[in-house]
Amino acid sequence: MSEHHIVSPKIYIAIFVALMVCTILTVYAATVDLNQYFSGLNIIVALVIATLKASLVVLFFMHGKYSPKRTQLVIVCSVFWLAIMLFMTMSDYVTRLWS
Amino acid sequence: MHRTGELFGQFETMEQQRESASLGMWVFLSTEVLFFGGMFMTYTLNRSTYPDVFGEASRSINLTLGAVNTIVLIASSLTMAMSVWASQVGKKQLLTIFLILTLILGSVFLGIKGIEYHEKFVEHHVPGLNFSFEPGASVATNAHAQLFFSLYFAMTGLHALHMIIGAGLLIWLIGQSLKGRFTPEYSTPVDLIGLYWHFVDIVWIFLFPLLYLIDRH
Repeated sequence: MSEHHIVSPKIYIAIFVALMVCTILTVYAATVDLNQYFSGLNIIVALVIATLKASLVVLFFMHGKYSPKRTQLVIVCSVFWLAIMLFMTMSDYVTRLWS
Repeated sequence: MHRTGELFGQFETMEQQRESASLGMWVFLSTEVLFFGGMFMTYTLNRSTYPDVFGEASRSINLTLGAVNTIVLIASSLTMAMSVWASQVGKKQLLTIFLILTLILGSVFLGIKGIEYHEKFVEHHVPGLNFSFEPGASVATNAHAQLFFSLYFAMTGLHALHMIIGAGLLIWLIGQSLKGRFTPEYSTPVDLIGLYWHFVDIVWIFLFPLLYLIDRH
């Protein structure tokens, strides 16, 4: 059994600063027309930044990085199930009008 | 009833007991991921079907309020994380202060949300209640804009409900903390409510770009 891990306030503050930077970045990115370079680039950039922010929260604020493997497995599974729902449903809808 | 800091019979060590509690919380949060996931699914489908109207409707939401709320909520996550730290190192007074700060920031978030909802009521953007998106908009545009605003209210509303429950839990935590209940050996309620609070923060991290930032250029 690992020792109960205590994350120092310095790390929390560093993560907070990173989250703030990402928030500013995502608002700025939304005001630029990225779709002219590649259709759908705006939403991709927005989701990549949001996923990065969520990962920082899970890994550090929620101690995911310091959790036992079985807890990490539960975290990964929840994302995986969500992916199944989104992927399977969308692959149904986008292929319905094929004839 | 509350035998705080005691090792229960089914566990071998305090560490195992603590990890089991947080594992249970994560399993609950997995169900929450799928609970919100259904709404994100509906959103994805409708946005991909009506991209233009969704972009237009998204532009009518107040971006400044949304961005400020994002900052407020992430700040409340920081103070919640600091609460967990304070309880781990046994700083009881600091724990109470951080919990109160978290509650205040959470309340500010809900207050700003209220202002935003009020704007939408005034603009007739609430589905069903004299809904009119824009003067002269076609029947189809109006219908699709209603879809967007239905999702907007359902998703932010469910999120706000989670915040209200979280605020209730925080009030209870503050009461327990004032009684000096939490020690480095026993801080499970702080840890678990912390996990819940951060989860609600993560939901908002996705809601913000998806609802407020669709087509701002």
